[in-house]
Amino acid sequence: MNLTLRIWRQLNTKASGGFATYRVKDVQPDMSFLEMLDVVNEELIARDEEPIAFDSDCREGICGTCSLTVNGEAHGPDHPGAACELYMRKFRDRETIVVEPFRVKSFPVIKDLVVDRSALDRIVQAGGFISARAGSAPEANSVPVPKHDADLSMEAAACIGCGACAAACPNASAMLFTAAKVSHLALLPQGEPERTRRVVSMVQAMDAEGFGNCTNTYECEAVCPAEISASFIAKLNREYSKASLRRSAGE
Amino acid sequence: MGELMETRKLDARIPSGPIEDQWDKLRFEMKLVNPANRRKHKIIVVGAGLAGAAASATLGQQGYHVHCFSYHDTPRRAHSIAAQGGINAAKNYRNDGDSIDRLFKDTVKGGDFRAREANVYRLAQISVHIIDQCVAQGVPFAREYGGLLDTRSFGGVQVQRTFYARGQTGQQLLLGAYQALQEQVAAGTVTMHTRCELVDVVIVDGRARGIITRNLMTGELERHAADVVVLATGGYSNAFYLSTNAKASNCTAIWRAHRRGALFGNPCYTQIHPTCIPLSSEYQSKLTLMSESLRNDGRVWVPKRKADHRPAKDIPENERDYYLENRYPSFGNLVPRDVASRNAKEVCDEGRGVGPHGQGVYLDFADAIHRLGLPTVRDKYGNLFEIYQRITGEDAYEVPMRIYPAPHYTMGGLWVDYHLMTTITGLFAGGEANFSDHGANRLGASALMQGLADGYFVLPYTVPDYIASNPLEAVSVSHPAFAAAEADVKDRFRALLSVKGKRSPDSFHKELGRIVWDECGMARSDAGLRKALEEIPRLREEFWHDLRVVGGMEELNQALEKANRVSDFLELAELMCRDALDRAESCGGHFRVESQTPDGEAKRDDANFSYVAAWEWTGRSETPPLHKEPLAFEHVPLSQRSYK
Repeated sequence: MNLTLRIWRQLNTKASGGFATYRVKDVQPDMSFLEMLDVVNEELIARDEEPIAFDSDCREGICGTCSLTVNGEAHGPDHPGAACELYMRKFRDRETIVVEPFRVKSFPVIKDLVVDRSALDRIVQAGGFISARAGSAPEANSVPVPKHDADLSMEAAACIGCGACAAACPNASAMLFTAAKVSHLALLPQGEPERTRRVVSMVQAMDAEGFGNCTNTYECEAVCPAEISASFIAKLNREYSKASLRRSAGE
Repeated sequence: MGELMETRKLDARIPSGPIEDQWDKLRFEMKLVNPANRRKHKIIVVGAGLAGAAASATLGQQGYHVHCFSYHDTPRRAHSIAAQGGINAAKNYRNDGDSIDRLFKDTVKGGDFRAREANVYRLAQISVHIIDQCVAQGVPFAREYGGLLDTRSFGGVQVQRTFYARGQTGQQLLLGAYQALQEQVAAGTVTMHTRCELVDVVIVDGRARGIITRNLMTGELERHAADVVVLATGGYSNAFYLSTNAKASNCTAIWRAHRRGALFGNPCYTQIHPTCIPLSSEYQSKLTLMSESLRNDGRVWVPKRKADHRPAKDIPENERDYYLENRYPSFGNLVPRDVASRNAKEVCDEGRGVGPHGQGVYLDFADAIHRLGLPTVRDKYGNLFEIYQRITGEDAYEVPMRIYPAPHYTMGGLWVDYHLMTTITGLFAGGEANFSDHGANRLGASALMQGLADGYFVLPYTVPDYIASNPLEAVSVSHPAFAAAEADVKDRFRALLSVKGKRSPDSFHKELGRIVWDECGMARSDAGLRKALEEIPRLREEFWHDLRVVGGMEELNQALEKANRVSDFLELAELMCRDALDRAESCGGHFRVESQTPDGEAKRDDANFSYVAAWEWTGRSETPPLHKEPLAFEHVPLSQRSYK
């Protein structure tokens, strides 16, 4: 396959970026999208030009490091899956492919396709945990958890923290990310004691980071590599309303 | 390099008394730090995977002032996240005869009698507390309908002791540790340094007192001083270039510590996983693991004839060689990882491999589909078949899967004593970064157990004991040792940038990987290792004469990061081969072709090789000094493995 790539190049956070055009020849359909970028980078090095900076690590869809928007879609056209799970056989010969970083105000571009997603860590710091000192835990089987709750909790916990949900959302909302963590912990009896405090402070942190609100466009669910259901957002809203009511009732 | 250390005598500091009481006894004897004084002690933890995040969070909970470093953009990305199968614990919830003693013995035997008994016993003891801790944190383990925890069998052991969270156990355990870590960040006890990579360890008056890091966003070199330094920086499978490890996984932290005086234990002990998706193109950047559970129902075969390029369905039954079932009638397709891997290599070397490059064997589900029905097979393995289809474009329900072994874990690492302290005083190593516990071969579902045991329950005792037992005068980053280390590092980066040759860091890494894979992979020979020991220094020479790194040092420069890591792999790979050459026996994952039984199985040589090999760095080209820690087996009688 021969392809034309239009790739976002940006020197640093302060610089203004722009698209650069590259032509790649003899791309094999069995290559992954990132391996295709590796080849482009090798060619750039051979020409003494600076390679394209992009983030990736596990290259099997679990670490959440990928942050590419391919042809306008977070993680590219092959959903569900992270950009590292995208293969060139999904493209046609002579196609033009546009590659950008995730576009979210709260994820500043560091260089080229690399973005800063530390805002998501700060949402977790606000309460996305169960306080349990090492050494203080009771016997694991002393608290049974209904299988259905455990399974549903696992579905929410599968979030890989990539931020594609916010990148795909017209409001740049991180609701799916936050909802996944709130639901994961609220569905378990171990998460009960901090349930009220957790949801209120995580939502506050989300707002403080500048993420927008949910208006039910479901773009987040459509691009999520971990297939997190948007119904968890409904759960987040319920959790938040209940917590707010309890707080205003002085509980 | 700077200060030359005098290496200590290899004292493993194993507590006296019966093995069952050693850890309790040591914990009782340990010195304590007054809670009010703890925040005055600064601890550096490098790495935020299972061991690093768990240790940082726990030491933070205790009140110490922890600085945790990760080269990722967030600590939740560490490669622990990719572990699929599960975590072992001797809970005996199945009432099927499991116990601490059995887990201990299975692990010693699985490691082919090359691990330290005392460490393994402690690991088995701690395993039960890990599950308690993870459940309390909200790890959504699989459960039964009654609400209690489910377990499954894994890795060919006779009891069902493996706890799991779908096929994402590593992810869920890491997120548990990550969340505990973030809680401590919010509480102010842990300061997190992301996109920050260790480039040197600083030693002051014979003790590890700090590190030099490179800020990956700005390229700035930074100095950090502390009372203690803990390395939890993972394994070095990427010495093979192609492995199941994440792209950034590297040996730089442990290797720089080695260069500063930490002995390196058993570098040749690497594990090659038998069920990975084979190489499909020369551009391939990494290999993907498929869960070992596939071997429960898939049948492994290759054509009997060499270079038989017919599609699998056109090869009649009597022209297929189900080589594992034929050679190992009692274990069949379920032989341990090293045996399965080695046999796959043998049949491919004979020219009977399948797939585009002849580097693959079939894993066939046709019989299972016939016997169990398609829906059952889909239920059990559906997600794995999907991954396979996504990567290869093939439907494994229709054509047999192709698999090939790939490097995925390193049992070797920095030598540590029972306290997990390296031979540099005040420098500790946890998780895959140290050499302990797994001997010459790791059992399935034991990596997560060891990482969390070190992080939650061992380091949080031994590190404070070190702080309480030693006079640690304040050291500032203006100490000359910091300046000297920083200057060394700066020279090295400048050297990388100033070669201005023609070849990219990746091209060297690939070439190195090929050498290590061919000569220090699944089967190692005297002649092959000697050849590698000539080729690697030659390649290293070429690296320093023909490397090209575009861009500068004071910016985000991923090519420079790679070059820096490859420069260390080029040194470590040589030590792996030296160690493999020195160990003229076969044991666990280390198969020396000269040491096999008449029917081609691995033959251990306990009389001559029952020791931990701990290598010292000299920086000179001749064979470095080898220190030996003798291993004694008092609780598990020595025996030769047999799977016939």
